[in-house]
Amino acid sequence: MSEEREKVIPGEILETGEDWLPGEGTRRDGKNIVASRFGLKEIQNRLVKIIPLSGVYIPRRGNLVIGVVTDINFSGWNMDINAPYTSFLPLAECPRFFNKEDLAEYFDIGDMVVCKVKAVKRKGVDLSLKSIGLGKIEDGMIVYINSNKVPRVIGKEGSMIKIIKDATKCDIVVGQNGVVWIKGKTAENEMLAKETILFITGKSYLSGLTEKVQEFLSKKFGEKK
Amino acid sequence: MISNLTKKRVHDYLLEGKREGRGLLDYREIEIELGVSKNAEGSARVKVGKTEVVAGVKLDVTEPYTDHEDEGTLITTLELLPLSSPRFEAGPPKIEAIEIARIVDREVRESKFIDFKKLCIKKGEKVWGIFLDIFSINDDGNLLDAAGIAAVAALRNAKMPKYDEKEDKVEYGELTNKGMPLNKETPIILTFHKIGNKIFIDPGQEEEKASEGRISFGFLDGNINACQKGNDAPLKLEELSEILETAEKKAEEMTEKIDKAIEKALKARENRK
Amino acid sequence: MAYTKRFDGRKFDETRDIKAEVGIIPNADGSAMFAFGDTVAVAAVYGPKIMHPQHSQDPKKGTLRVTYDMLSFSVPERKKPGPSRRSQEISKVTEWALSPVVNLDEFPNTVVDVHIMIFQANASTRCAGINAAAIALAHAGVPMSDLVSSVSVGKMDETIVVDVIKEEEDYEEGEGATDIATAFTSNSGKLTLLQLDGKISPKKLDEAVEKARDACKKIYELQKKTLKEAKE
Repeated sequence: MSEEREKVIPGEILETGEDWLPGEGTRRDGKNIVASRFGLKEIQNRLVKIIPLSGVYIPRRGNLVIGVVTDINFSGWNMDINAPYTSFLPLAECPRFFNKEDLAEYFDIGDMVVCKVKAVKRKGVDLSLKSIGLGKIEDGMIVYINSNKVPRVIGKEGSMIKIIKDATKCDIVVGQNGVVWIKGKTAENEMLAKETILFITGKSYLSGLTEKVQEFLSKKFGEKK
Repeated sequence: MISNLTKKRVHDYLLEGKREGRGLLDYREIEIELGVSKNAEGSARVKVGKTEVVAGVKLDVTEPYTDHEDEGTLITTLELLPLSSPRFEAGPPKIEAIEIARIVDREVRESKFIDFKKLCIKKGEKVWGIFLDIFSINDDGNLLDAAGIAAVAALRNAKMPKYDEKEDKVEYGELTNKGMPLNKETPIILTFHKIGNKIFIDPGQEEEKASEGRISFGFLDGNINACQKGNDAPLKLEELSEILETAEKKAEEMTEKIDKAIEKALKARENRK
Repeated sequence: MAYTKRFDGRKFDETRDIKAEVGIIPNADGSAMFAFGDTVAVAAVYGPKIMHPQHSQDPKKGTLRVTYDMLSFSVPERKKPGPSRRSQEISKVTEWALSPVVNLDEFPNTVVDVHIMIFQANASTRCAGINAAAIALAHAGVPMSDLVSSVSVGKMDETIVVDVIKEEEDYEEGEGATDIATAFTSNSGKLTLLQLDGKISPKKLDEAVEKARDACKKIYELQKKTLKEAKE
């Protein structure tokens, strides 16, 4: 993440020549590799691709997501995971025995649940709870960010999120769908964690983001003293 | 859809008197820009934090109402544009929009902010008719108070158009130097929200959804000219007394703040010319 | 009486001052403003999101849905708030102008809403709206093969002019005014909007469309610059 990447727009010619290969967000048009969306141009060897800066969350199998229950039926829960697809958490994907008679007792409408994407089909997304650390969120704070900024908030091998966790002493779960769960000991800590996350998502793609975040946090702690 | 968790969180924090970056009775920053449409006789864009509304004034010559033969007329409308929030749908104004327009209308009218008698051209026949139209541009809570500010700012920005009496025609595009006949004092709308035993003002979007009850006051120069208790939560009389006491002080402070913002915008407008 | 000098002194092939800004409505997934002089349009994009009601869903691909409207005080004589026959037609032709570049194959049963609002009007409002909407759609991260750029051209008596203003629309000398609205895919230059009212020969119309295409190249440069300088 050392160099500044160039912003490109749909229809823009990114590279010319048969050697280049079109990657995500691009297409081949004759000799040219052309952008099919707005974002940052990235080149990996011969592969030209676009890193999106905006746009809706596209679920992928295995993604950890945080959703809200929108409806309950006899076989499970309809969920909103901030994606343009219907999402369903079937009772069969719950790791322990649930009484079918009263599903609202487990997850009621409006409850937030940490889930995993089990399958993405054309008609919708299937969710699952069969993994460690999944289930209903009982406490804490939710922050919504654009899902394309999730890698930035997590950082390389989780380096960025670790800085925030350590500084604010909060537990933080970042859903790939851009829903972030923060749980801290005090309201102040949670609000600081939220502010830091929004600081990161609000900055344009700059090098040395880690240093900037550390600076931001030490300034915030300075204010308190 | 607001989750149960967020609702509870916002609720608990407000109960503890904790809010992101401000106190329960602190207002967000107010920014005003005047003359946003050249084709309006007056217009204003108002930002309260991330909430944004625009208001415009159009004037026309019309017949007076038979029970107010020597007074101009006022029609206030508000549209919650789908452009401003995913929760607003296209179509005719719904009750939320109608209520805001009605409260703004009441405050502007009852505070005697506009001298309607001075808008009479010929008694019983011709008077100036004011259209005050307000639109939401971005909703981050408290559109009602913001709409009130925008209405007043647009009226202050307005200039009378030329009127050809012989032809009985308003010459749009040709504004005179004459402003509208307005009271020197500024009317404002101030809405109080309640959570448990705590009151707070100027809610953001999540806070507005978590609010248990609201009451809005239209103030001019220390008096209440309009009031509306909204939502179905009842209010104890002690709570009302407390709100009224706070409202009196807060209204004075807010009037000063809004006056200053309008002054600043008027100056910026002069410099641009 | 030939039209030899424009009312506002512009060259025949010159647009008014054009301005654009991106990211002006925080709630929207993408948003932009585009102005031709005193004509100011704002566009906000929401989606793709699941289409309601369900019977409007297209199981093959997502739907682009445009609404165009004007602030009541954007015109000299107050416009009654709410949709009119005019605004509904413009909404539809704007949708047609934009949809060739928008690719919603990946999003069956969804809708992308584009809301266009005219803040201030001095002719060419649909063109300003299309330019703003194209920037806003890209800004929202919607998959697109290209941008769309739009401009109006006019025939004042015998003279072709670019970016018509209200005074020119009302020109009555000689053959009078013909007002032509156009839009093109920005790079590939295909026509996506063509409307006109007035009187013009087929040959002259062909010439007018050529001039519009040239003007759109300059408009595209501004759209491009605006997106590249977006603060995200």
